[in-house]
Order: sequence, then C-alpha cells, then structure tokens
Amino acid sequence: MEQRATASLWEWANPVKFLRLSGWLLPWVSWGAAICLAVGLVWGFFFTPDDFRQGSTVKIIYLHVPAALMAINIWIMMLVTSLIWVIRRHHVSALAAKAAAPVGVVMTAIALVTGALWGQPMWGTWWAWDPRLTSFLILFLFYLGYVALWEAIENPDTAADLTAILCLVGSVFALLSRYAVLFWNQGLHQGASLSLDAEENVHDVFYIPLLVCIAGFVLLFVALLLLRTRTEIRARRIKALQARERAA
Amino acid sequence: MIALLARDLRLAVRAGGGFGLGLAFFLIVTVLVPFGVGPETELLARIAPGILWIGALLACLLSLDRILALDWEDGSLDLLATAPLPLEALVSLKALAHWITTGLPLVLVAPALGVLLSLPAEGYLWILVSLALGTPALSVIGTFGAALTVGIKRGGLLLSLLVLPLYVPTLIFGAEAARRGAEGFSTATPLALLAGITFGTIALLPFASAAVLRINLR
Repeated sequence: MEQRATASLWEWANPVKFLRLSGWLLPWVSWGAAICLAVGLVWGFFFTPDDFRQGSTVKIIYLHVPAALMAINIWIMMLVTSLIWVIRRHHVSALAAKAAAPVGVVMTAIALVTGALWGQPMWGTWWAWDPRLTSFLILFLFYLGYVALWEAIENPDTAADLTAILCLVGSVFALLSRYAVLFWNQGLHQGASLSLDAEENVHDVFYIPLLVCIAGFVLLFVALLLLRTRTEIRARRIKALQARERAA
Repeated sequence: MIALLARDLRLAVRAGGGFGLGLAFFLIVTVLVPFGVGPETELLARIAPGILWIGALLACLLSLDRILALDWEDGSLDLLATAPLPLEALVSLKALAHWITTGLPLVLVAPALGVLLSLPAEGYLWILVSLALGTPALSVIGTFGAALTVGIKRGGLLLSLLVLPLYVPTLIFGAEAARRGAEGFSTATPLALLAGITFGTIALLPFASAAVLRINLR
C-alpha cells in the first residue's frame, strides 16, 4: 500500500472528513454569499444608472445572468462528480451530484422566468423560439428527468449509478441539442458581452456590481451544495442505523 | 443472434398486439391534427412534415417499454445476460427488433398519411427518406431509456420524461430535412447531420445501454 504524505483532494471523499471540513466552511460561505448578494443586488438595483435605451429593465441582468451562468455550470459540476463516482466510487461525489440537481432546476427556472419578464417589455413577447432560450428549456427538461430518476429508484447505489450514466449521456445530447437548435432557428438573444477578450462589453458601471452578484450566486450555490450534501450523508447514516437496528 | 432476433420479432407480432398498436396510434394522431388546427389545406400542407415526424416519434415512444419490460418480468433477461452473447449485442438486437416492428412500418405508412395532411408532392420522397434515416436513432435512444427504467414499476411516464429530451436533435434534423424537401429546398445538410446522429447513436449508445442494464441486473 502506497503511503501518501500530503493531504490529497481525495481525502475529502471520506464522509467524516467531508463533514468536518464542510461544517467549518459552511458559515463562512453562507455569510459570504449573503454579503455579496446583498451588496451586489442593492448596488445593482439602486445605485447604477438606467440604460439609455432599456430604462430600468436592464437591472434584471443582476439576477438573470448569474442564474443562467450557474444553471450551466451546475450541470457541468454534476457531470464531473458523476464521472468521479463512476470511476472512483466515492459516495460523497454521487451525493453531491444528487444535492446539486434541484439547485440547478431552480437556477434554470430563475433564468427562464427573469428572461421572460425582461423580454416582455423589450422584445414585446414573453417567449421566442430563440436558440439560447430553447436550449435552456431543453436543459430544464434534462434537469427534471435527472431529478425524477433519482426519486424513482429505491436502492441508493443503483440510483447513483443510473443517474451518473444518464448525466453522461444527457450531457452529450444536451450539447447536440444546443447545436441542433442553432441550426434550426435564428437568434434574438444578444451575444456574449461579458467576455474578457470581446471588443464591446457591458460598461464597468454595470459590470462590477454584476461580478459581485455572480460571486454571490456562486457562493450561494456552494453553501446550498454543502448543506444539502451534509443532509444527504446524514440521511444515509440514519438509514444505515435503522437497518442495523432492524437486523439486531 | 439471429434466433434471438427472430424470437423478438415473433413475440412482437403474435403476442400482446404491440405491433399494430404503434401504427394505429400514428394514424389517430394524424387524424386528430386537422380537428385541432382546422381543415385549411395550405396550413396542413405547411405543417404536414412536422406532424408526421412528431406522430412517428410519439408512436415510437409508446412501444418503448415493451423492449425490455416483458423479458425482465419473466426472468428471460437474466438468462440472456448470462448467455455468451455480450450485453451490448443484446441491446443492439433489441433495438433492431424494435425498429423492424415499429420504426419500419411507420416509415412505410408515413407517405400514405401524408395524403391525409395534403403534403406537397415533393414531400413524399423526403418524408420517407428522413424517417428511414431517423427512426433507427429513435429506437436506439429508446432502448437506452428502456434499459434505464426497466427496474422501475410503472416507469412508463418516467421513460417518456427521460427519452423525449434525448429525441430533440433527431427530431430537429429529421423534421427540418422533411420540411426543406417538401418546400423544394436542398436537404443535403440536415440529412447529413441526421445520418451523423443515427450512426453515432448506433455505434456508441449500446455501450451505455448495456452498462445501465448491467447495473439494473445486479
């Protein structure tokens, strides 16, 4: 057996160590999320100028963009944790994917709803079959299917295996759908305007509070993820204890 | 392998009536659409390729849970899994049997149903070609969904929720090819992409289906 001197990332796959670390991290992350969101949203909503064409509706960007960003990245995080589960069989990894999925559903829903609220006055319609909007709706369906599969299977290890493979296959098809949808219809949604290398970006007046909001959403997700994973680990323990008592 | 395929085909045709059901469903969907959107010929002609594609897709979906569920219930799936035939080959055969009993008949009747929807004359060939190229992908993806939900009681609704998002790219390219064909445009690009999806899924997805089935049989 090889002896590892330094602490490796995989040590946190041990549920006990994970609980200890996450218990220590959780208050910091939660407070960070609360402060970032409070500062970012108040700054964005009350202390930035109105856009000269969009008026005050531009301010929905502080909810819409971070939520949409998280919706995609949560799926990618689920993909990574699913791969870790399939390859290295760390239970915490599978539980983290399970814990992340409902948060992803909510983020996707926030992005879709705020987009519709913004689209009504700006595009004159709640919904258009624009490639970005359509891909998000499809992503929402993928999230729903993933969560439903977790709920439907009783054996936790089987559920973790099946949902992990669904996540892998689903990711490929989600990408395929993204490009299929681009092929299928022309876009109404504006292109990327937050990239570091783009020529024309959002002005700094909007950009900096937006960055604070994005940081807030990321921290919020991490806090929810830690909290929900801890809950899942404890629920798993209670089940094991109950099973042991029945057996005794 | 051939014996297994023949067995699946015989079971589909003789027992349970799964064979004609998809076709009847396809017919009913096509008949219901004019009631829903009104009988104007121009409107129907314009949406006919899309309706035929959606009808075929739903008819395909309807029969997915039969692919593995019956073998699962009577235990023959366990026997097949211990047979020398690899599980990847088994799921591919199941998908092939599903395509022959469901997809192929749908392809063949689609032009006839096109008459009901006053599909333009140029459209008949292309609806036939696009469905013939696309329905194998529907069967293969559907087999993956069936393998995923085989252990779940009353998993039919869940199966639809899981499989329908996976059908999106196939539907987009297939319906696009049929529509362009019906309107007299070039169909080469969507057909090539559709073929890419079909052959890609045939080549890769059986591995995922077999992995999932192995987990479910554990």
